[in-house]
Amino acid sequence: MIRLTINGVPHVVDPMGPESLLTTLRDRLGLFGSKNACEQGECGSCSVLLDGRLVCSCLVMAVDADGAAVTTVEGIADGETLHRVQEAMVNAGGVQCGFCTPGIVVAASHLLATTPSPTETDIREALAGNICRCTGYGAIVRALEPLAAES
Amino acid sequence: METLLPRHLDEALAATAAHPEATILAGGTDLMVAVAYQALRPAVVIGIRRVPELQEWDGRFIGAGVTYSRLERGPFAALAQAARTVGSPQIRSAGTIGGNLGTASPAGDSLPFLAALDAEVLLRSQAAERALRWDEFITGPKRTALQPGELIVGARLPEAIPDRQAFAKIGTRTAMVIAIVSCCVLRWDDGTTRVALGSVGPTTVRPRAAETMISTERRPSSAALDEFARLVSAEVSPINDHRSTAAYRRHASGVLARRLLERVL
Ligand SMILES: Cc1cc2nc3c(=O)[nH]c(=O)nc-3n(C[C@H](O)[C@H](O)[C@H](O)COP(=O)(O)OP(=O)(O)OC[C@H]3O[C@@H](n4cnc5c(N)ncnc54)[C@H](O)[C@@H]3O)c2cc1C
Ligand code: FES
Ligand code: FES
Repeated sequence: MIRLTINGVPHVVDPMGPESLLTTLRDRLGLFGSKNACEQGECGSCSVLLDGRLVCSCLVMAVDADGAAVTTVEGIADGETLHRVQEAMVNAGGVQCGFCTPGIVVAASHLLATTPSPTETDIREALAGNICRCTGYGAIVRALEPLAAES
Repeated sequence: METLLPRHLDEALAATAAHPEATILAGGTDLMVAVAYQALRPAVVIGIRRVPELQEWDGRFIGAGVTYSRLERGPFAALAQAARTVGSPQIRSAGTIGGNLGTASPAGDSLPFLAALDAEVLLRSQAAERALRWDEFITGPKRTALQPGELIVGARLPEAIPDRQAFAKIGTRTAMVIAIVSCCVLRWDDGTTRVALGSVGPTTVRPRAAETMISTERRPSSAALDEFARLVSAEVSPINDHRSTAAYRRHASGVLARRLLERVL
């Protein structure tokens, strides 16, 4: 049994063997926002914050997260109010099929929290580990750039 | 599966002594891929990321638990540059230098810097402590001298580290690539030059003839630089694989080493 605080809510779960935090989130806790695509750290669609650090949840052994605070994409909005990254992604057409979007939202909100005025290069580097198989990178960067200027 | 999450080095060493065959888990960026794709099912896992002693970075000692995110901001330009090229922000915030040593891949990006400096790898078990030079520790591709019950505590660098140092790697993208060739060049004021290359041999390669030749050249002419590049290319032993060909890797080794040397002259 391990304890996790996920988006502010405490949970006690029993991961099986070396299963990943991604599996625990999706299959045991029903949090389907974090996506499972590559399971090898290559695509970023499973990105979460683990005690404030941006990680691929597919590469975190769930039992090693015991005691951690996890923020998933479900915890990015403030209730019904979208995070400005989410708002911007919707408005600028940064979402096509949407599979990469949760990971991009988590990574981009982390970028803005740690680098308030990122340049385009900062944005591209921050998202270097998030693959969009619809290749919508132009729209994603255009969505995020105005936020950098704003903050 | 039994899991131990020690909070001190003593506790971690007691855990490895009690379970010498346990799987050591640091950032998990290599290990979890093995769980997903090679059906790795450890019986006992010792997670070491909570051990403060392994997080230490004190001058010439870099703790095994230091992540690439920290190495990126560190004082050694070539190591920082190597760290910057690793994976993505997500990989760099989790992956550690100890894990790079533990995996001992010929493509490990922190290894050329350690090899060029002849760094030592510090190992501890509950009973003993030992320091192995990098090439005594890494005994082959993905093979190390780590014994059951031992932990990698960190890497120890020598006192003399030149300011003139550079690292670069070749791949198909600037992010998220395993190196086709990587190279670290160090140059001291008296001309002494050390070169180490990754992904072009079973372990990190030190082209000794090239080093010796260029170390006597205080102001290398373009002919000397050509000769240096030729020697580097001659000394590597690359293979063909899905990432590149042996011929390209051999050629690129000389080009890359020469380019880095010119940068630091
Ligand atoms: C998407 C992706 C991209 C990557 N890109 C790169 C790259 O560009 N360059 C690169 O070099 N690598 C890359 N890697 C590989 C990996 O990130 C590195 O090798 C990293 O340094 C591993 O560190 P870790 O802390 O995650 O190790 P883990 O996965 O936790 O462990 C790796 C191995 O080392 C052992 N180990 C770890 N710490 C210790 C210790 N203190 N004592 C004893 N044994 C120990 C473990 O038992 C295991 O065998 C990438 C991996 C992924 C998934
Ligand atoms: S599913 Fe985790 S990075 Fe792709
Ligand atoms: S929107 Fe389809 S993967 Fe990015």
